[in-house]
Amino acid sequence: MTGLLQVGLLVVALAAAYKPLGDHMASVYTSTGHWRVERAIYRVVRVDPGSEQRWTTYAAGVLGFSFAGIVLLYLIQRVQPLLPFGFGRGAVEPGIAFNTAISFVTNTNWQSYVPEAVMGHSVQMLGLTTQNFVSAAVGMSVAVALVRGFARTGGDRLGNFWVDLTRGVIRILLPIAAVSAVVLIAGGVVQSLAAGVDVTNPDGSSSTIPLAPAASQEAIKELGTNGGGIFNANSAHPFENPNAFTNLVELFLLLVIPVSLTRTFGVLVGDRRQGRVLLGVMTAIFAAVLTVTWLAEANAGGTAATAAGAAMEGKEQRFGIAGSALFSIATTGTSTGAVNSMHDSFSGLGGGAQLLNMMFGEVAPGGVGSGLYGMLVLAVVAMFVSGLLVGRTPEYLGKKLGRREVTCAAVAILAMPTVLLLGTGIALTMPAELDRALNNSGPHGLSEVLYAYTSASNNNGSAFAGLTVTSPWFQSSLGLCMLLGRLVPILAVLCLAGSLVAQPKVPRTAGTLPTTGPLFASMLGGTVVLVAALTFIPALALGPIAEALA
Amino acid sequence: MHTLLAQTRAGLRALLVLTVLVGVLYPLGIWLVSRVPGLHDNAEGSVVVRDGRAVGSAHIGIDPVPADPDADPWFHTRPSAGSSGPLGPGDPAASGGSNKGQSDPDLTALVNERKDLIAVREGVPRDRVPPDAVTASASGLDPHISPAYAELQVPRVARVTGLSEDRVRALVAEHTSDRVLWFLGEPAVNVLALNLAVQAEAGSSG
Repeated sequence: MTGLLQVGLLVVALAAAYKPLGDHMASVYTSTGHWRVERAIYRVVRVDPGSEQRWTTYAAGVLGFSFAGIVLLYLIQRVQPLLPFGFGRGAVEPGIAFNTAISFVTNTNWQSYVPEAVMGHSVQMLGLTTQNFVSAAVGMSVAVALVRGFARTGGDRLGNFWVDLTRGVIRILLPIAAVSAVVLIAGGVVQSLAAGVDVTNPDGSSSTIPLAPAASQEAIKELGTNGGGIFNANSAHPFENPNAFTNLVELFLLLVIPVSLTRTFGVLVGDRRQGRVLLGVMTAIFAAVLTVTWLAEANAGGTAATAAGAAMEGKEQRFGIAGSALFSIATTGTSTGAVNSMHDSFSGLGGGAQLLNMMFGEVAPGGVGSGLYGMLVLAVVAMFVSGLLVGRTPEYLGKKLGRREVTCAAVAILAMPTVLLLGTGIALTMPAELDRALNNSGPHGLSEVLYAYTSASNNNGSAFAGLTVTSPWFQSSLGLCMLLGRLVPILAVLCLAGSLVAQPKVPRTAGTLPTTGPLFASMLGGTVVLVAALTFIPALALGPIAEALA
Repeated sequence: MHTLLAQTRAGLRALLVLTVLVGVLYPLGIWLVSRVPGLHDNAEGSVVVRDGRAVGSAHIGIDPVPADPDADPWFHTRPSAGSSGPLGPGDPAASGGSNKGQSDPDLTALVNERKDLIAVREGVPRDRVPPDAVTASASGLDPHISPAYAELQVPRVARVTGLSEDRVRALVAEHTSDRVLWFLGEPAVNVLALNLAVQAEAGSSG
């Protein structure tokens, strides 16, 4: 009951932010004025903010920026001993540095390292906090470019990537993150430049408790659906998330942009109902998956849970079952991957629902930007199928869906399952790797590997963290999955946008399928579920489903 | 190709200037704000000071080790996955959970072992030991235990410290945080604060 009230309060907070934030983001991406600080940035970058780009140039901007990001983040980690606030931490070893660079640039924030031991404050701030902002802004830029493809007619321009990127950081992410960081500190989150604090415990022993500039990173880690913890236990660590209040703030932050972007979309295409219907589908999926996980955890029947009396292994007392289940679905339904409980220790069914939530392509409600463009791509497929069913030329938002549009949509959708299943499949043929890596045996062991590749390919970043992923095979294959799982859909989405923007609007007629009502919502929801189910049921059957039935 | 190179160079310039803004000015700005009274103590880890000595953080649970296991005056935290013994203290320098599945045979055996150890320590039947007492938390540093686990430990702590059970129970109640706004999170007892209160009271009365 109290758990339901917690969900209720979260929904109320998100509903209150929906209109103002959604409208604000719409105006950010359409306004013609530039702030002074933005002009300064454009001068340094040497771009003309007034000029707009074709999809190819826009895509080259995303690729170039991501490539520069990976190289710079790799270097920052490698030169750690030269930076201040390292407190004796050495250069990050190449395998970890490579994997982490890709991970944070692709908005995944998969962590193959123990932050307390490996990453000093300078690497955290200069490297990781920066990518938390900009990788999120990249996702929003791509989403907005696709929306412009639908909203504009004729011409071939999608906007200017550097302008969209800069405005996303300065007008959306930075102000919200700054306010939230202070709120989190007031709630008890640490923000320290010291290495740690030495204490003499009441029993006379002594300990050193590590400190970090956590609040500034925590705020953007959730807001940008990044998810990389400054401490190993992530948002389960009491210094990142000390109580139920900060927990609610973090839940709100990681959902608020993906949710409100549906409003932005509705405003930009001139029909808010178009955004609301997407939000409705997202909410329905979220509610269904949450119900499964929550019930599974509240009634966990595994031998360890039965022996203990409840599934509290890997969960914190202050959050309990309800607060842990809710956070786990919010983090896997967005591309966040922050955790306030250890997903590896969830029941078979509970962990399976987390997996499935990512396998939907993270569209309920999805990462910042990536959730919206993911859902719009699925809407294109749903309308294509609907068009075939009723024998009409398929169209969506007044744009015809021809061969190029559907090809782009298909590539965007198939990239993730392809790298996910290939990666998992190859890993499973390597017994020596598995021997070293697995923390659990049987079906749950398979789930650990499946979860790793699912998380990487979907740019989530959460883990069944028992899996040891420091071998060269895992570092490189998971790195590749993150990279392809991020960039292939982005390129396909921008190609789709380029094709859409050149089209004139098809006038609405009596035969146009409406895309605001329950029929469309069911078609879209059905497409999301069917695509994932047809692709992943065999893999899920061998892992979480087998475990749940055992 | 030419476009890609040009855009990569622009990307590098954009990244450098944004790094200054959100990788330097933003975190240091938030750090500066956190220096104001009211935020400063939180920002530095909510350190608890007794008699001029730092004795822990209000947010970090480190299990106390009794000098004499037969006269154990401490309330104990939840187990840590990282500790060497089944119940023993975790290391705040390395947070994390066991990551064992709910049907894992090793975890099942460990839960049963913890249950036996706690039942003997508290002198109660096994089935009275609550779930949070025998499961490792996600962080390994959970500062809280359930009110049920605190209640289980009251008679032993009272016996060893010489305080009355009612007095210890009152101290437990004093250090139990209810749900925020009556419905957020779960009721929880802060172990460090409780132990310090018991220690102070036992010290002053004896």
